[in-house]
Amino acid sequence: MLSTYTYPRFAYQRPAELDAPGTVPRHPVVVVGAGPVGLAAAIDLAQQGRPVLLLDDDDTVSVGSRGLCYAKRTLEILDRLGCGDPVVDKGVTWNVGRTFHREAEVFHFNLLPEPGHRRPGMVNLQQYYLEEYLVQRAAALPNLTLRWKHQVTQVSPQGDGALLEVETPDGRYRLHADWLVVADGARSPIRRQLGLDIEGKVFQDRFLIADVVIKQPMFAEGQAERWFWFDPPFHPGQSVLLHREADDVWRIDFQLGWDADPEAEKQPERVIPRIRQMLGPDRDFELEWVSVYTFQCRRMQRFRHGRVLFVGDAAHQVSPFGARGANSGIQDTDNLAWKLGLVLDGLAPEALLDSYSDERVAAADENLLNSTRSTDFITPKSQASQDLRNAVLTLAGEHAFARALVNSGRLSVPAHLRGSALNTPDRGADTFDPACRMAPGSPLDDAPVQDAAGRPAWLLDHTGRGFQLLLFVERADALDAATRQALAALADAAIPVRALLVARQAGGSAPAGCDAVVDHEGSAARRLDARPGSAYLLRPDQHLAARWRALDAAAVRAAVARATAQTA
Amino acid sequence: MDHLNTQPHFHEPGRSELHAFTPGDDFYEALIATHQGLSDADSRLLNARLVLLLANHVGDLRVLREALAAARAGVGAPAGAAG
Repeated sequence: MLSTYTYPRFAYQRPAELDAPGTVPRHPVVVVGAGPVGLAAAIDLAQQGRPVLLLDDDDTVSVGSRGLCYAKRTLEILDRLGCGDPVVDKGVTWNVGRTFHREAEVFHFNLLPEPGHRRPGMVNLQQYYLEEYLVQRAAALPNLTLRWKHQVTQVSPQGDGALLEVETPDGRYRLHADWLVVADGARSPIRRQLGLDIEGKVFQDRFLIADVVIKQPMFAEGQAERWFWFDPPFHPGQSVLLHREADDVWRIDFQLGWDADPEAEKQPERVIPRIRQMLGPDRDFELEWVSVYTFQCRRMQRFRHGRVLFVGDAAHQVSPFGARGANSGIQDTDNLAWKLGLVLDGLAPEALLDSYSDERVAAADENLLNSTRSTDFITPKSQASQDLRNAVLTLAGEHAFARALVNSGRLSVPAHLRGSALNTPDRGADTFDPACRMAPGSPLDDAPVQDAAGRPAWLLDHTGRGFQLLLFVERADALDAATRQALAALADAAIPVRALLVARQAGGSAPAGCDAVVDHEGSAARRLDARPGSAYLLRPDQHLAARWRALDAAAVRAAVARATAQTA
Repeated sequence: MDHLNTQPHFHEPGRSELHAFTPGDDFYEALIATHQGLSDADSRLLNARLVLLLANHVGDLRVLREALAAARAGVGAPAGAAG
């Protein structure tokens, strides 16, 4: 099995600590777990220029394709981490999803991304490739130290951090982490060792997951669709999902039911006939990887425990329907890294990290809600649920309302954090269209713009480094002296707010210290309901913190204070 | 169909939706939850009672006739067929 991918072996290195017994070196940040989430956290923090130590108990990437679908928001974060291009280039972009009920196609949908976004709605890529690209990126950051075959066996939280016991092939050592980011996965040995609860619902169902190389693909080279079957003739009474991956590998997911024997179902003599029945007798295929899984929908009560911060599957787990696992984990790190950076620099109180927990708990609840609903639709657990599900499916071919109820997975989208305490509510005098999707808390939508030299560019590429004020103007060179002075003062503060002028017309150059783009199609203004003069405070993770119809420097400073937990 | 609305129509006044599927999913979850703990026979009774409640709320027989026809289409033998 596994013919299309060669697993890298990353070199273990004997740590210097073993030769200096008795010393306990201090590290400002230690991240445990070099999966996609731990790697993203470490890279984000290292890109801020701070030393980061990343420990992993293994010496290779994930075995099997596992996390497969990466959503637009995740790709945007990967762009910020320097890994967006390889993921999109190697991955398979898809837009069409087909839903079948018994023998027939009921309907299909097109995710066709709204035009004017750099990244597509969804890219499929085996998790091992994503990890490989993240490891390459990590290796290019001199202040990021990645230690393979270093297993954390004991964590002792302390007032000023945590004492870690680490086991290597050459022996044990101890180190002190001022802050510990725990990304050690769904089983999280650290969470267990600390006796922290994670509560939720276990779904009584089993799924067979198979990576298969198909010699005569169903779609042309480079094309892909998502196919989902309810109760197909080749697997009656259950659901089946088919996805294309990179390298002509295909993911097939069979619902097996709770009574299936996971060991027996994994055997090739069981798996191969199942797949042959699905693909038909004429399609040659080879098995690459097979696994039988169950899943839980659950989360920790809070993700911050003093100086120990939980991210990704260690903190929350969802059903796979909707691709909300790895996507939400990477969004955790996007939320955490800038906050931890400000706290480490002494620019924000530790309480800012409580907002990491609050915001990502809210996001986890949204993911749990949607993935639980999908699971309930896909695997009805009573006759009444089954009847209603079949009623929806039999109406869906003809009636649009029923198509909207078919739930084979609500695909991962970012949380809008509308209820966050870090948001500054709109002032009464500043009215914005209530139908505008982007309000305080929302992630900024991308938009096609032109840079200062008139070249095509993307709005998001001009954001994501520190706090920024997006100021909509007629022309970048037409700012009055008072505005220029206010922007310069904002940029000069302890927590700097750099101005990004979004001009309606090209021409002229922006004042020193201001970045500028031209919103030549008006997309950015439309998506933000902006007029010349409108100003938007953007957090380092590209979420909006506040908005105004006119620049008011004192209000911007107050909103920055609020967004960094410096005011009650 | 002249009277029956079969376009997505679930909504709640005062709520603006970030995702079009949310109000429909809210309804569907509530519907399934209403059946929680019932025997199959009781669930059938619940569904029938729900049909009657909603039909009375709609009231307009033109809408209801179209809904009856749409529900019947594709289920069992064609309506009106003997046996």
